[in-house]
Amino acid sequence: MGGVQANILAEKEGVDSFRFLPQLRSFDPRMRVASAFAFAAVVAALHSLPMLIAAFIVSLVCAAMARLPLMKTLLHIAVVESFILVLILTLPFTMAGETLFTVAGLPVSKEGLLRAAEVGLKANGILFMLIAMVGSMEPSTLGHALHHLKMPEKLVHIFLFTVRYIDVLYQEYRALRTAMKCRGFRARTDLHTLRTIGYLVGMLLARSLERSDRIMEAMKCRGFDGRFHVLVAFESRPRDFVLAAFLGLVSLGLLWGEYLA
Amino acid sequence: MTALISLKDLSFSYPNGVEVLKGVSLDIHPGERIALVGSNGAGKSTLLRLITGLERPTSGEVHAFGALREKERDFYDVRLKAGFVFQDPDDQLFSPTVSEDIAFGPLNQGKSREEVEAIVDETLSMLRLHHLKDRITHKLSGGQKRLVAIASVLALKPDVLLLDEPTNDLDRETKQHLIDILTSLPQAILIISHNHHFLKRVATRHVVLEDGVLAPREEQSRVLEESAEGA
Repeated sequence: MGGVQANILAEKEGVDSFRFLPQLRSFDPRMRVASAFAFAAVVAALHSLPMLIAAFIVSLVCAAMARLPLMKTLLHIAVVESFILVLILTLPFTMAGETLFTVAGLPVSKEGLLRAAEVGLKANGILFMLIAMVGSMEPSTLGHALHHLKMPEKLVHIFLFTVRYIDVLYQEYRALRTAMKCRGFRARTDLHTLRTIGYLVGMLLARSLERSDRIMEAMKCRGFDGRFHVLVAFESRPRDFVLAAFLGLVSLGLLWGEYLA
Repeated sequence: MTALISLKDLSFSYPNGVEVLKGVSLDIHPGERIALVGSNGAGKSTLLRLITGLERPTSGEVHAFGALREKERDFYDVRLKAGFVFQDPDDQLFSPTVSEDIAFGPLNQGKSREEVEAIVDETLSMLRLHHLKDRITHKLSGGQKRLVAIASVLALKPDVLLLDEPTNDLDRETKQHLIDILTSLPQAILIISHNHHFLKRVATRHVVLEDGVLAPREEQSRVLEESAEGA
């Protein structure tokens, strides 16, 4: 999905400005998922600016290893960034503390500025790490990695079924919308529009329910008895452990810098 | 020769009281390919659902693979021996990748990983689909989904194949491919289809479901001509 497109894009561009870094894609998905989440937990616990800046730089290096295409990635994260931006713009004005300067008569506090920087660095550090490590893999690969990391079976299967059927549902939605359009439907602010949208949502729900029944029957017809057997197996090579060890050491270093140094 | 599946005087009513099957009897023998035709809502799909135990008849008996099948437990191995290919491949292909979907049935049968991998390769090669092995199922074209759905059922190595409108969304070339596959299979096949040309190429005999019963032979040809005109 997004990750694949990103990969294809990176390949199309042809010029690899990070040739000296290993391709993140070639590492064991389990290691990538586990180290990304461990790293995120550590970054969430950091407060001092130098440590946060260091963590952010590590994330950027990983993003470079994942060969994330710059523009595409920025577009992807624009929504998340807009939330962070609101925080960064309001915090300096809303937090009480030592006034540094005033903007249009409003005092900007030092504490607020620091907190804004902390939030911005923390959020982006985690975001880039997750996009680089997890966002660059096929959703199905992520599902398998979670399965092998002993995540709860039910959650993994809900995730995999969602990945599989979200597009089918979207196609059904599109077909219904097109059929409505072909009979002259235009969304207005009236009762007719509300009722029609209600029918559309209701029809989608009914169809999804029926489809899930049929999927269950199709699974039963192939001998499903409530237990899933997973065929995909991953292999860890020494370099995967090097990656995990590297990120583990970085995380420990960050924690040490924050709490012990 | 004894029949693989023998339906005796089956009747079936929907919960709303509409009686769709009124005493249907049918024997499926090894090696035969039966075309099941009839108008929309005649109960053709229901008949396949009765064979696989997804619905229970209001009266009558389902004998399959040498035993009378009545309870849910009885149908577990019927479903593995009578492979049911659904009308909509999206209902059937739920695994992320093609190879996993084909592996699903054999894994449920308790086969080892090595055996399953061999079955996946063998099935894909047989249907000339090996190039799709690692593809993501929901990104396949309509025709590819159809063939993979059939492959995922053939991987069970069933004795009987039940196909519900297998030619939907197939282009001429893929349809020809499907005809080649079906005519080369050793399995007995029961096919629901409205495509007369396709049935003529594949089926060894025709049965017509009309007004809740399987119509007699002279009725069959008339209905068949009608459906040929309609096609």
